[in-house]
Amino acid sequence: MAASETAEQREFRAYCRAWLEENRPPPTAMPLPQAAYEVMTEDHRSYLVDWQNKCYEAQLIATDVSKEYGGHGHNGFQQIASTEVRRANVPYFINWIGLGMAAPTLLIHGTEAQRKTYLPPIFSGEDIWCQGFSEPGAGSDLAGLQTSAVKDGDNWIVNGSKVWTSLGHFARWMLLLARTDKSDKYNGITYFIGPMEHEGVTVQPIHKMTGESGFNEVFLEDVVVPDHMRIDAVGTGWKVAMSTLTSERGAAQGVGAVATSESPFAAIESLIQLAKTKKRNGRLIWDDPVWRDKLMKLYERTEASTQNFRRARVDALNGGAMRIPLQGKLTGSELGQELHQVALSILGQEASLYIGDDNSEENGRWALGYMNTYTGTISGGSSEIQRNILGERVLGLPKTK
Amino acid sequence: MTQPRDFGFGEEQVMLQDSARRFMEDKAPLNALRAATKGTEDPYLGDERTGHYNPDAWKEMVELGWTALAVPEEAGGVGMNLITAVAVAEEIGRAAMPTPLTMTLLATFVLREAGTTEANQWLERIAGGLSMTLALHGKEDFLETDSTQVTASDSDLSGTSWYVQDIQKVDAVLVAAKDGGDVKLYCIELGADGVSMEHDRIVDLTRDQGRLTFDGAAATKVSDAGVDVINAAMPAMLTLLSADTAGACEWLLQETAAYAKVRTQFDRPIGFFQAVKHPIVNMMITADETRSLVYAAACTIDNEPEGSELAARLAKSSACDTAEFCANRATQLHGGIGFTWEHDVQIYHKRVMHTQQLFGDGVFQRSKAAELF
Ligand SMILES: Cc1cc2nc3c(=O)[nH]c(=O)nc-3n(C[C@H](O)[C@H](O)[C@H](O)COP(=O)(O)OP(=O)(O)OC[C@H]3O[C@@H](n4cnc5c(N)ncnc54)[C@H](O)[C@@H]3O)c2cc1C
Repeated sequence: MAASETAEQREFRAYCRAWLEENRPPPTAMPLPQAAYEVMTEDHRSYLVDWQNKCYEAQLIATDVSKEYGGHGHNGFQQIASTEVRRANVPYFINWIGLGMAAPTLLIHGTEAQRKTYLPPIFSGEDIWCQGFSEPGAGSDLAGLQTSAVKDGDNWIVNGSKVWTSLGHFARWMLLLARTDKSDKYNGITYFIGPMEHEGVTVQPIHKMTGESGFNEVFLEDVVVPDHMRIDAVGTGWKVAMSTLTSERGAAQGVGAVATSESPFAAIESLIQLAKTKKRNGRLIWDDPVWRDKLMKLYERTEASTQNFRRARVDALNGGAMRIPLQGKLTGSELGQELHQVALSILGQEASLYIGDDNSEENGRWALGYMNTYTGTISGGSSEIQRNILGERVLGLPKTK
Repeated sequence: MTQPRDFGFGEEQVMLQDSARRFMEDKAPLNALRAATKGTEDPYLGDERTGHYNPDAWKEMVELGWTALAVPEEAGGVGMNLITAVAVAEEIGRAAMPTPLTMTLLATFVLREAGTTEANQWLERIAGGLSMTLALHGKEDFLETDSTQVTASDSDLSGTSWYVQDIQKVDAVLVAAKDGGDVKLYCIELGADGVSMEHDRIVDLTRDQGRLTFDGAAATKVSDAGVDVINAAMPAMLTLLSADTAGACEWLLQETAAYAKVRTQFDRPIGFFQAVKHPIVNMMITADETRSLVYAAACTIDNEPEGSELAARLAKSSACDTAEFCANRATQLHGGIGFTWEHDVQIYHKRVMHTQQLFGDGVFQRSKAAELF
C-alpha cells in the first residue's frame, strides 16, 4: 500500500473496499443510463437515491465534511472513498450537481444557516439539485445572462429562462444566477438558491441526440425567492459562480461526487478486448499493427491521465497547484471521445446497431457512449473555453474576452 | 499497488533536482553552445564535429556525486534508485546540456543488471568519475538486441558498432559483441589499443555520435547474458531518455509561451489569438502527460519490476510524440526567428528529435507494448 498513506487511511480504504463489495446493489429492471446526466425515469431516480443514501450512511459521501453540516468529520478520507467508489464499478450518485457543485459552493460561500439547512439532504440524495447557469443567449459567455431578480421587500422576484438544465425535472433546488444590475455585466450578477417547487417555475424536457432526455428548459415567471436564499452578497454572483465551476471541472476538493460509473481504464481495456474478438481484412483487428498503434496510443494517454491525477498531489512535481487539475475535464472528455470513435471504427458496420437491437454489441453502448461524450466536451465550459482558461491562468497568455 | 504515491520523489530528490537546475543555469551551457556555433558560416560543414562539451563541468558533476548516484553501495556508489537519476536527467534535458552523464547513467543501469564482479569493478570506476557510453547496435535492424556486428573471441573485440552516442566525450564504452551465437557484454576504454572511431555528421548540436571499430581490442567481459541484461536494463534506459525529453519539452513550452506574450502583431501579443494560444496549451498537455508517465515508469521500475517494460514503453511512446509536437509548434509559433540558427529553439528542436530515435520512436514503443497484452 502507498507509503505516504497513514495506518488510519489504509484501514479506511480496506473498509470502503469491503463495504462496496458487500453492498453492491442488484441491477435495475431497465438498465441505468450511462451517467447521471441522463437519468429520466422515476424507477431509476428512487433506486439511485436509495443507493446514494446508503453510501452516505456508510461514510463514502461527505466523508471529510464536518459533523455540524451532516458530514462524517474525517480528514483526508474523501479521496480514498471516491477512488474506491470509482474502482468498485457501482452505480453513480444521482445528486452529482448537489455533491459536486452545490455542496462545495455552500461550504465556501454559504451562511451558517444555509449550510445546516441544505447540506444534509444533498448528501443523502433527498434533495436533488440542478444548475441554472446557461440561458438561450448566454452559453460560453455566461456573464451575458439576462434572467432578472428584482428586490421586493424581503424577497426577490425572478423572471427569465434557463436552458440545458440537467436534472431539472427531479430537482428541488437550483444554483441560480440572476441579473440584479443591468448596467454592470460582471458585477451585476447575484447567486441564489432557486426553489424549483415554487409557483412560476415550469420545467420542459429537451431531447438529446441520443434520444434520451435528462436536461430541460426552465421558465421562471415571477418566482418569489426569499432573501435568505441569496448566496453571498448582492453583485458577487460571478465570483461565486467561478468557484462553482472550478468544482464542476473537478479542480476543487469534492465531497464525493461520482457522476459516471465506468473508469477510463475499464473502457480502454474493454476496447482492447473488443479488438481481440472482431475481425477485419481476414484477421483479428488486434493483429493489425495499425490498429495496435492506435489502441496503445489511447492506452498510453489513459495511463497518463491517471498518473497526472497522482502527480497533481505531489507538490514538488505538479508545476503549480492548478496546472494539472485544470486539464482534467478537457483531457478526460476529449480522450473519452476519441476512445469511443475508435470503438465505432472497430465495430465497423456493427456500429450502426443501437440500443434495443439484439445483434448490437453490449446493447449499443459504444454508439450511445460516443454521442454522450459531447456532454463532457461541451458542458461546464467547452473544450475551447478550457483551452482559453489554461492558456490564460496557467501560462499567463493574454485574455480572450 | 505497492508504489509510493509520490513516485518516491521525496525531499532528497527535490533537493537534488534544485541543485541540478541551479548547476545547469550557472554553467549556462546554452550560451556556451551558442558562442561555440556563432559566426561559423556553415557550421555543419566545418571539420569540427564536437558536441561542444565542457570538460570542467564534467569534473564538477563528478564532485557533486552525480556519477556515483546510481552506482550500488557495494561498488562504491550511493545506491540511489531510478527516480533519483530521473531527477537529474530531466534537468539535463531542460538545459539541453551536452554531457556524457546521460549515457553514463544508462551504462550504469546496464552494469547494475549485469551484476558480475567485473561489472562492479567498472561501476566503481564510474562512481569515481569515469564516463561511459553504450555500443550495442549494428547498422541493420539496429533496435534488435542482437543487431551487433562486433564479434568477440576470448574478450578480444573485432568489428564495428554503429550509432555510438557521445563518443567524443566519454572515457569508456560498454560493447555488445557476439561470441559464437551469444551476445555478451564487454567494457573497454576508448584509448585502448585496437579501438578507432569515426565521427558521424549529425543534426543534433548537443550530442555527438559515431562508429567504433575494434581490431582485436582486448576488453573486459562483464556479462555472458547480453540479451537478457540489455532487455532487463531497457526500461530504465527508456525512462532516462524520456526524462531528458520531458525536461526539454518543458523548456520549449515555457519559451513559446513567453514569446507569445511579447511578440506583438495586429496590435496584440500573438498569444491573444487562439490559433496560437490553443496549440501552446496542447504543448502543455502533452508535456504533462509525458512527465507523469516518466515518474510513473521510474517508480514502477524501482518498486514493481514486473510492470517495468509496459510503464517504460508508455513513457517513451509519450515522450517521442510530445517531442515531435512540441518541437513542431515551438518552431512554427516563433515564425521566422524560430527557423534561424540564432535562436535557441532550434537547439532543443534537434535534441528532442535525436532522442526520439534513441532506442526507438513512439510507433516502435507501442508495437513492443502491444506484445504485452
Ligand atoms: C449535456 C449537457 C448538459 C448541460 N447541463 C447544464 C446544466 O445542468 N446547467 C447549465 O447551466 N448548463 C448546462 N449545459 C450548458 C453548457 O454549459 C453550455 O452548453 C456550454 O457552456 C456552451 O454554451 P452554448 O451551448 O451556448 O455554446 P456557445 O457558447 O454558443 O458555443 C458554440 C461554440 O463556440 C465556441 N466558443 C464560444 N465562445 C468561444 C470563445 N471565446 N473562444 C473559442 N470558442 C468559443 C464553443 O466552444 C462552441 O464550440 C449543459 C450542456 C450539455 C451539452
